[in-house]
Amino acid sequence: MDNTTVIFSLIGEHKSSLLNEWLACQRRESSAGALGEDSADQARRFLEELPRGAEQGPVDDIAIADWRGMRELVEEVSAQRVAAGFGPSQTANLVFSLREPLLQLLSRELGDDMARLTRETFRASRLLDRIGLYTFECYQKTREEVIGRQQQELLELSTPVVELWKGVLALPLIGTLDSARTQIVMENLLERIVSSEAEIAIIDITGVPTVDTLVAQHLIKTVSAARLMGADCIISGIRPQIAQTIVHLGLELNVISKATMADAFALALRRLGRSVVQRSKPDGQGA
Amino acid sequence: MGEIPILKIGDCLLVSIQVDMHDRMAMALQDDLTERIVATKARGVMIDISALEIVDSFIGRMLNSIAAMSRVLDAVTVIVGMRPAVAITLVELGLELSGVQTALNVDRGLTMIRRIIDADEQADAGRGR
Repeated sequence: MDNTTVIFSLIGEHKSSLLNEWLACQRRESSAGALGEDSADQARRFLEELPRGAEQGPVDDIAIADWRGMRELVEEVSAQRVAAGFGPSQTANLVFSLREPLLQLLSRELGDDMARLTRETFRASRLLDRIGLYTFECYQKTREEVIGRQQQELLELSTPVVELWKGVLALPLIGTLDSARTQIVMENLLERIVSSEAEIAIIDITGVPTVDTLVAQHLIKTVSAARLMGADCIISGIRPQIAQTIVHLGLELNVISKATMADAFALALRRLGRSVVQRSKPDGQGA
Repeated sequence: MGEIPILKIGDCLLVSIQVDMHDRMAMALQDDLTERIVATKARGVMIDISALEIVDSFIGRMLNSIAAMSRVLDAVTVIVGMRPAVAITLVELGLELSGVQTALNVDRGLTMIRRIIDADEQADAGRGR
């Protein structure tokens, strides 16, 4: 099968012209100015890797280890494009845009031999499709990693425990409570109850969009765990719609609840035997 | 492994669980504690579980029943010093110990017992008048 190497030897011969045409193609297909300096460099490395891989392995199987150089290049490019905020089609286009110049090259060189041209064209597209798909896979994998990391960060960020007063903690919840978050919220809260010797914890659910039976159950769990540690919980920030939902669903929270965090804080201070008083009349009203 | 010591502080009994409890030890504690409550006429029982790292449903139930027994003998029970992991475990087991008072540490627990006993006595005094 001596014919197999024709594409690659052609690529090797016409590397610089192919590179220029490819870059022109990329520039045309991507939105203006999206291509950076490294894009040309990547394209050059891509064209170098392409024949090298083909020398060693089957033409159309990128998963074979001999294509390692190509795979690493594609992984690197995909990761970089994810970081730069490219879309999936833009990333895949990097490879697919090589098709046009490559096929043009083939038809220029093999124009007279129809049977051979067809065969080589078929091979070339197959190869590009494989690499393109692999690029897309890498892109998606990197994206998923990014999403996973963000989820983790969100979990940690979104559950701050704030000390409002000595012995009074506040836990402003933002977003829906699922099991994983409840676990982290609970652990954070309980750890802080121990470290700050808090007596009262205010759980503010102003930022919780909906309260269904599951969310209510998670709230109750958190409250019960805090109670076992010896701290009382007050739930605040129940919006009118949520109050209606809770009643309609027949949920029993069995917890002291207040409409706003301010009310809850006032109650907490009262329980601690403290109160907020106005020291003197504010300026401008004295007479 | 020896038995769990029960210390008397004023009219309160302090039980400090410093080792991981096995079931027989828990049963022995129930016997000892009820006898001591009767013998000392204690009004409050404080169980310090700050050293307890592992709980199962049996220990959870045991804590609940100790509280119930003390109540029958006219003593309030306060459980103090529960660790976060233990609290989460008990809640996940569905044992919310709703009949038991809890406090963060021994200090708070003593204050709490004192308050409850005082409130009781005042209520009794009011009724007697």
